[in-house]
Amino acid sequence: MRFTALFARALLILVTFIGLSLARAEMATAQDSLQPILQGHAADLAKPSRQTIGPVIAELLATDHPGIADFLRKWEAREVYQRPTDGLFFYAEETTDALRLIDIDSGETVAEVGSRDVDQIRPNAGVRREVAAALVPYELNAPDPARRLAALTAIARSSDASQIAPLAQSIETEPDADLRTRKERMLALLTAQFGETKAARLDAISALSGDISIEARSVLNQLAARRDGVAQTLPEDINIARVLELGTDITEAAAYDRLVAENLAPPPQTAKDLRDVLAQHIVGGTVGGVPLHLLNTTEVRARAYEALEAAGTVPPRAAPDEVANAVAAHVFYQEYLQPDPDITQAAEAALDTTRIALGLYQTADLVLDGLSLASIFFLAAIGLAITFGVMGVINMAHGEFIMMGAYTGYVVQLFIPDYTLSLLIALPLAFAVTFGAGVAMERLVIRHLYTRPLETLLATFGISIALQQLAKNIFGTQARPLTAPDWLGGAITLNDIVGISTIRVAIFVLALIFLALLLYILKRTRLGLEVRAVTQNPGMAASMGINPDRINMLTFGLGSGIAGIAGVAIGLYAQVTSEMGANYIVQSFMTVVVGGVGNVWGTLAGASLIGFLQKGIEWFNPSNTLAAQTYMVLFVILFIQFRPKGIVALKGRAAGD
Amino acid sequence: MTRPDITPRKGFLAENPSVSWFLGCLGLFTLGVTVLSQGFGPALLSTSMVKILGMTLCLCLIAVAMDVVWGYCGILSLGHFAFFGIGGYAIGMWLMYARTEGIVVESLANAPIPPTQAETRDAIATQIFGVVGSNELPALWAFAHSLPLQLVMVALVPGLLALVFGWLAFRSRVTGVYLSILTQAMTLALSLYLFQNDTGLRGNNGLSGLQNIPGLLHLPQSTIALWFFWASALALGLGYLLFAWLVSGKFGSVIRAIRDNEARVRFLGYHVESYKLLVFTLTAIVSGLAGALYYPQAGIINPAEIAPIASIYLAVWVAIGGRGRLYGAVIGAAVVSLASSWFTGGGAPDVNLGFYTINWTDWWLVLLGLGFVAVTLFFPRGISGLFDMLVRKP
Repeated sequence: MRFTALFARALLILVTFIGLSLARAEMATAQDSLQPILQGHAADLAKPSRQTIGPVIAELLATDHPGIADFLRKWEAREVYQRPTDGLFFYAEETTDALRLIDIDSGETVAEVGSRDVDQIRPNAGVRREVAAALVPYELNAPDPARRLAALTAIARSSDASQIAPLAQSIETEPDADLRTRKERMLALLTAQFGETKAARLDAISALSGDISIEARSVLNQLAARRDGVAQTLPEDINIARVLELGTDITEAAAYDRLVAENLAPPPQTAKDLRDVLAQHIVGGTVGGVPLHLLNTTEVRARAYEALEAAGTVPPRAAPDEVANAVAAHVFYQEYLQPDPDITQAAEAALDTTRIALGLYQTADLVLDGLSLASIFFLAAIGLAITFGVMGVINMAHGEFIMMGAYTGYVVQLFIPDYTLSLLIALPLAFAVTFGAGVAMERLVIRHLYTRPLETLLATFGISIALQQLAKNIFGTQARPLTAPDWLGGAITLNDIVGISTIRVAIFVLALIFLALLLYILKRTRLGLEVRAVTQNPGMAASMGINPDRINMLTFGLGSGIAGIAGVAIGLYAQVTSEMGANYIVQSFMTVVVGGVGNVWGTLAGASLIGFLQKGIEWFNPSNTLAAQTYMVLFVILFIQFRPKGIVALKGRAAGD
Repeated sequence: MTRPDITPRKGFLAENPSVSWFLGCLGLFTLGVTVLSQGFGPALLSTSMVKILGMTLCLCLIAVAMDVVWGYCGILSLGHFAFFGIGGYAIGMWLMYARTEGIVVESLANAPIPPTQAETRDAIATQIFGVVGSNELPALWAFAHSLPLQLVMVALVPGLLALVFGWLAFRSRVTGVYLSILTQAMTLALSLYLFQNDTGLRGNNGLSGLQNIPGLLHLPQSTIALWFFWASALALGLGYLLFAWLVSGKFGSVIRAIRDNEARVRFLGYHVESYKLLVFTLTAIVSGLAGALYYPQAGIINPAEIAPIASIYLAVWVAIGGRGRLYGAVIGAAVVSLASSWFTGGGAPDVNLGFYTINWTDWWLVLLGLGFVAVTLFFPRGISGLFDMLVRKP
């Protein structure tokens, strides 16, 4: 092994050396112009033949002229023309009634001529294959990494056996580590499909096991591809994947359909066929002696058909037991397209390993998705949970505070075109705006309704519809964009399966920051102490010198302010509409109800449960997110049965009734 | 209040004069609409107006039910419009099936050979469900061919749903705001479920063409509209009577006591859960009936009608009208829903402020929302609280 590799490398160095020196010699005479080089092989290029073209291409490529690969590609695609008067080569563009000749070196238009004044060069299919084959290794060793990458993609698009050798060779000299791994993987893919020896292919296949990239999976799937088959007896000479058991693997109807498709049985008569046949044999108001008005049941129709059958006017039809007999007389199986059982076995084994890896990565991806959704729910619901916990008030306008925050972000972006800067301004501004709105609402409305919690729900609902319509009147009904800065635009991808957009990561981080901030405020500051005191027992807190009015106001403002920040975050990846708040409000309610009120950890638990649950159900039935939401709501209803006060329930007198 | 042992118990109607007043007003209103729409030709009251009035009566009926469950029993249910919608779906299934059957039978009558039952059924299914890409009649439609069975469904399905849901919720002592959210979640789940195309109720297309009543196709819509108006008025009258009777007696006292202090009623030995469950289920059934009368007049039902917001609006009507008195609910539902259609239908004139013109189609919801806040803050007894000021002068 090692010796051959060394030998190959030595050979390669030699070849490169010769090529380089040749190129240098040519370049000296050509002075960087392609046309003279081409003129040196004018005859061969103008009338190429498969036998002679090989060395010519090799020589041309050896010049290493920057335009040569481009020229060959165009030449192969029949886009090169020769002017008969002086024998020069040109590229050409077709205009409506003429050809615009383009100089090969400068790329400038030289002249416009009629299509008869120049000869199009038409290499035949054999020649074109030669060119394509010669170009691949050339491009694989090109100095520009982008061109090497393009060559690899070209191989991936249409691969064949001839690419293995040049690819293997190019790996040796590949300086770029990333490209090198790509090339090695491509080599494994090629070898698995077209390798010369069976051992090499088996090695390559087992090397692919556990590789979750789409290319690797498609190659393995191709190797293990199956075809449905049916025969009287099981054929010996093919690579059988499995024999289908009637009743468990395949239904009788499906089996019969397959027989019909393979022309092994006549098609069964449908009810419609029967009706059509009968309609064709109406004689004087009867069919086979049965009056027409009686023919409205299947039994009578069958009788009429039998009468026609007995009279010999229609052919006998397949009875149900004939279907069963025909199916029983055949064996149904699946065969591999690949004739070699060892290869298919290895491919199946590799696929099994891949499936396990795939499952693990999909789980990881699902966990990421769930985390991201949970952090959104957390941000949307935490404000609600705080106000509910402290004041026992459900704020139906919470969703509209989210919307208000998002619109604040949109308006800021109208004035400040720099997205990063506008985001940095929008976040605190959204907090300020919704904090103000929350405090105003508490002072004006909610303060007067503390003794009537159900009515608070309705009053805040009134505010909610008013705010929603107000936003519609101001900003219109169409969605407004809240554009994320470029550094939030991309996605972090681990591989083909696991990936998450940067915005969602940012929202997750934001949720973590708010979790920490809230925990700090509630547990470490004077305000937090007073809030907790009011939560537990407002009357006792008041007699201890705490002003519950002030605490209520600040809590409500804080909860609303966080909603505003959540609005900016949500607006970054969803669109800003007047209804966006309403879309999150029910989920927020459920998060609060499931998590339990008045506790940051409870909300966190509720948001995680709801987020993961929704993603989990969606995973079972990815095409139907509506169903996922339905089941999730049902789950929440059932969950409340077992923990009516949520996951983290308040204890003691604060728990209320 | 007088002590019961001194004053002998008078008749129900004599004890509650408001019931007689209400029934009288309803009768006069019905008579007036009948005369205006028929007596003077179609110019005075158009068919569509009669329909709107009939639909409003149905909304009044569900508002009365809502008032009983919320105003008397203290359960702020945000799910009663779901029962209303279920009732509409149940009757809509029969309407759609029977009408499609008529069309299919007519078109198959020209075929040389008469169709079998299975063929007719398949053709009907293709007609109804072609829009969601299916040609099979779902199991849900097993009774759709029969009006009596489907009428049973109108009452049975909302009743059963309310029974199961209520049993689960009340058993685990979910009360107050929690219960409201839970009922809202139920409504959301139902509407999301109906929005799916493969649930057998035509997804977001809903059921349509319900204004064409099979068997009555030869009658003009104006006649049918009037018949439905009468039926709605009758239903409202009967429903009002039923609920007024229910809340006037001992049962009414118990459920009001539950509203005011549930724990105390429980300690007195009443089985609170049963009372709540009975009220919840009964009002759900009435809501279903109201829906079954409403949607043939509306002509179309789709899942958007059941969205949680509709149930919140219902609570809004009752609150604006005045909770805890049945005629308040009727007034609230009638005033708000009629005002709503007047404002959003372009009936209200624009207000020119010089610098800005208020277009009511845009600003009605703002007005409603703020008006609602004002009512909650300043008139907790709603519009019907104004009667108190008139009747019981200080």
